[in-house]
Amino acid sequence: MDHFVDGNALAGSLRQVFRPDITTAEARCAGCGAVRPVADFRVYTAAPGAVARCAACGQVTLQLVQSPGALWLGMSGLSYLRFPPPGR
Amino acid sequence: MSALTPGFRGGRRTVSDRVPPGQYLTEGFPVLSAGPTPVVDTGEWSFTVVNEVGERVSWDWAAFSRLPHESPTVDIHCVTRWSKLDTTWRGVSVDTLLAEVATAADFAVVHSVDGYTANVPLQDLTDGQAWVVTGYEGAPLAAEHGGPARFLVPHLYFWKSAKWVSGITLHDEDQPGFWERAGYHDYGDPWLEQRYQSGW
Ligand SMILES: [Zn+2]
Repeated sequence: MDHFVDGNALAGSLRQVFRPDITTAEARCAGCGAVRPVADFRVYTAAPGAVARCAACGQVTLQLVQSPGALWLGMSGLSYLRFPPPGR
Repeated sequence: MSALTPGFRGGRRTVSDRVPPGQYLTEGFPVLSAGPTPVVDTGEWSFTVVNEVGERVSWDWAAFSRLPHESPTVDIHCVTRWSKLDTTWRGVSVDTLLAEVATAADFAVVHSVDGYTANVPLQDLTDGQAWVVTGYEGAPLAAEHGGPARFLVPHLYFWKSAKWVSGITLHDEDQPGFWERAGYHDYGDPWLEQRYQSGW
């Protein structure tokens, strides 16, 4: 049986992830495997978008591009974000 | 507003005609960078073209320096809205580099030593439209502007003119580059204001 529901079922879980402050989350660099808080990223903003790099190896972890109609978050250099439980 | 462009002979093209929509003119040369400036020693540098079947041709700094050079004077347009007129560069036409490689590819990706990439249709790199440059305004190209060697494809937004270039790969299929994967336009024509992906 091929049972699925639509993406709205993720709303409760994703609300815990995409909350106002993600800088306390820990990020794993897809390049070198270092796990550090997002706040430790080195962010370069003198560019067409913001580019975050791993402080350990320099690889790009996130790209943020703001256009008039959208905000893009590129995450190809990140293997995961790990969030502390709420209230911690 | 309607001052004639110095050196533009026989035309009525004014300075304002040369500034694409949504751009402003700058006399400076803003430095944009998505990361630390890499230190590239010319003794270690090489430029490599790889065609769509994996055949490659490389030039080290000495061999590259012996190739015929040109001194194009062009206008450049950054997607962050500054434009700069009459910039003069020194470098090797991409036509000269591609003459050494057999290809029927339609697409190219320009690569930098720091992993940056930008995609350009191959037809936009030929017929005197693009260069690999090592000099700017009579001096060696400064590291902050992409030295020892950067790409120059001035008819597209300047993010396509990758700094610290190491080579070009040729492909049958389009392969979006660093900014093109993150919301920027695949082609980037400043005269059509192709800043972001269509519709956004
Ligand atoms: Zn890393």
